[in-house]
Amino acid sequence: MFNDIGLILPELVLFLGAMGLLMLGAFSSKDATRTVDFGAIILLLVAAVLSLTQSQNGYATAFNGAFVVDGFAALMKALTFVATAIAILMSRDFMAREKLARFEFSVLLVLAATGMGMMISANDLIALYMGIELQSLALYVVAAINRDSLRSTESGLKYFVLGALSSGLLLYGASLIYGFSGSIEFAEIAKAFQPVDGQLPIAMTIGLVFLIAGLAFKISAVPFHMWTPDVYEGAPTAVTAFFAAAPKLAGMAIFLRVMLTAFPDAIIAWQQIIIFVSFASMLLGAFAAIGQQNIKRLMAYSSIGHMGFALVGFAAGTQDGVSGVILYMTLYAIMTLGTFACILSMRREGGMVERIDNLAGLSQTRPFMAACLAIMMFSLAGIPPMAGFFGKLFVFRAAIDAGLYGLSILGVLSSVVGAYYYLRIVKIMYIDAPSEDDYQPMPRELSIMAGVMAGFALLFFVYPAPLIELSNGAAAALLNGAGTDVVTGLLSRP
Amino acid sequence: MQDLLSNYYPILIFMALAAVITLALMVVPLFAAPHNPDSEKNAPYECGFEAFDDARMKFDVKFYLVAILFIIFDLEVAFLFPWAVAFGEVGLFGFWSMMFFLGVLTIGFAYEWRKGALDWD
Repeated sequence: MFNDIGLILPELVLFLGAMGLLMLGAFSSKDATRTVDFGAIILLLVAAVLSLTQSQNGYATAFNGAFVVDGFAALMKALTFVATAIAILMSRDFMAREKLARFEFSVLLVLAATGMGMMISANDLIALYMGIELQSLALYVVAAINRDSLRSTESGLKYFVLGALSSGLLLYGASLIYGFSGSIEFAEIAKAFQPVDGQLPIAMTIGLVFLIAGLAFKISAVPFHMWTPDVYEGAPTAVTAFFAAAPKLAGMAIFLRVMLTAFPDAIIAWQQIIIFVSFASMLLGAFAAIGQQNIKRLMAYSSIGHMGFALVGFAAGTQDGVSGVILYMTLYAIMTLGTFACILSMRREGGMVERIDNLAGLSQTRPFMAACLAIMMFSLAGIPPMAGFFGKLFVFRAAIDAGLYGLSILGVLSSVVGAYYYLRIVKIMYIDAPSEDDYQPMPRELSIMAGVMAGFALLFFVYPAPLIELSNGAAAALLNGAGTDVVTGLLSRP
Repeated sequence: MQDLLSNYYPILIFMALAAVITLALMVVPLFAAPHNPDSEKNAPYECGFEAFDDARMKFDVKFYLVAILFIIFDLEVAFLFPWAVAFGEVGLFGFWSMMFFLGVLTIGFAYEWRKGALDWD
């Protein structure tokens, strides 16, 4: 039993810490927002370190197999927690200036991170559902955290209603799978889910489709993406920055785990669904973003497109493919957080601006911010030698190796279309004349974050090996079920 | 068959008794109780909302808050019942699991108290 508690230590630290911070915020006589934010960042970093050290134990399960800790979970959890911590750090200045600074925001983000950790480590259908709900409930609330704004509350309500619908789909699929396999554990489902003469029982396929629909909603892949632009646009920008990074990482991680550990032999059934979802997401991400005027809406379509690219590696279903997805998601999270650090700095005398036209001539008025944003746009477009190019390179290589030529060609073509709207932002910043010169200076945390992320995206090609090896180790840990020690494996590298 | 019916004999008695008492309680006040009706007494409830009215009316969010808070503690009891029944078997771990759960609920309660969710005015 104590062994079990040792395995859930990162989540336990986050959960108990969130309770402590909630009480601290509620009972302190003066405004405790800054203290609670600081405490939340520390907690998330501690949990990230704890989950990385756990990978040394190799593969272990807790609570009768409901919860699994392996190299894959360790890496994805650490990334998710760090992305959440960065989102809190970046939100502080924005929330204070928009008069939204409440200590509950950080507490909710820590609780969402707890849910994401449980989701990434889920090893049966109940644990999966519990993790997803714990994450989602906190996300619905933070989407509506600006409760006096009609758009923020509307985005929270939309997210809630559609999220509840997708949870319903997921549960329906889970109940069918349980009914036909007789178990909720992923490993047992994998044994029961064997194709007969290359065909799966029809009811199991239906269950699988519903499960995929529920999970695709969480990562906002087409055709379950409808909520994304409205929620991204309506939620306060700091919340959007968080939504675009950490929940996507966690959602993709559990998607990979469910398909590859519960349905490894049913790849003939899910591969074609993933191919379609990936294909549709890339196309929609490329074409729908072209007409957008609001930069948050543009980032929403951009994130849909990027989920499509990551799913290209997933569709391959091989170890290289999974490794590519992990690398892609890591780079995507870094690029997205860097971009949002710039978007959060789009503040003029009268308040925040969100229109793309407002960036006109930024290279003359705010050269550092323009340079960071330009690097991010090049990287998101996948132009070498930026980090985004390597993400695409690895997923497409895995897809080519798996014989998915059509999907790869289409991916590259939609990447070309997508480059148009990323480069348009660069053109507006560097070629158009500035309309007014009243941008406020970038807040210190945001300029540091934007600088670090831009530097990373620019210089990733110099020494990409550590991140690639981490991804390979995590992919091997997921596919072989054996414990691969991602951290010490990296440190002991010659 | 005879056995089966005789098993249900107490229920027959119970139903008959219930019918008699109910009828008595309805008939006796017709003769015994004083009759001074006014509009308040004829209303379905003495306080709260009109029972038959437009459903799209404004109501105070405080009612909603109280209902939500009630649900949480109502559900807590629903979890406590099976735990109490199986108390002998769940052991020390089961005991502390429930204490932990109650502790988390108490933290939520303390938060809403401090935030003034329990103040009516």
